[in-house]
Amino acid sequence: MADPMRIRAVLVGEKVEAKVLIRHDMETGKRKDSTGALVPPHFIQTLTAKYEDRVVLDTVMGIAVSKDPFISFKFKDGVKGGKLTVTWVDNTGDTRTDTAVIT
Amino acid sequence: MNKSRRDFFRTSSMLGLVIASGFYGSSNVLAAEWKTNSFGAKSLADALKEIGVDNYTISSDVSVNSAEIAENGAVVPVSISSAIPNTEYMAILVEKNPNPLAVAFSIPSGTDAAITTRVKMGSTSSVYAIVKADGKWFAASKEIKVTLGGCGG
Repeated sequence: MADPMRIRAVLVGEKVEAKVLIRHDMETGKRKDSTGALVPPHFIQTLTAKYEDRVVLDTVMGIAVSKDPFISFKFKDGVKGGKLTVTWVDNTGDTRTDTAVIT
Repeated sequence: MNKSRRDFFRTSSMLGLVIASGFYGSSNVLAAEWKTNSFGAKSLADALKEIGVDNYTISSDVSVNSAEIAENGAVVPVSISSAIPNTEYMAILVEKNPNPLAVAFSIPSGTDAAITTRVKMGSTSSVYAIVKADGKWFAASKEIKVTLGGCGG
């Protein structure tokens, strides 16, 4: 089971500022381990952020996103106490969903 | 199998496709589909072609922001933004990476066309932001110098 994400969602003025930090190796499949064997690719492919039931960001990513991906973005019409839910799926089918309350 | 029954299945499956495509086109369900062809493309031109960019305009309303020099190519913070109304899609491409397309974002209305993330860079390269707004494509680029590559091992 993947580690939980760290999600911060703060209402600033009219917009919610969201910061998402994911713990994930984002292996390219091109790196070799100490024995010289290729480490198989293991990376997040899709990430979706929803405010309540509304999609606020939809992302597809490749191996060139850094290890432990970080994404920040802003959206309108969110209120304090509302829920921001982020889901990712990686190339092995592993997935994780976490929710943060807007402060 | 009798013919009318087969026709029925054919029609209903086509109808299903039509409904499904309409569903994906609706504002709340964006198709976050990972495409091997676009992420696997080995040149900037091929990656753009796979994304569906036929031609684009360099625009001062699109920007790529980062430090001039990235000490560690494995973690290069990059911000992209677009001041073009109705920006619906944004992507980051690193021209000299083995696969230039790094990440792409669908921007629903209500979400700012401004995103910060961190990408890997194998070497010093131009980094492109490509933006789709009202069906047209716009771009901006910035050279980021890398002193230690992030794609080897």
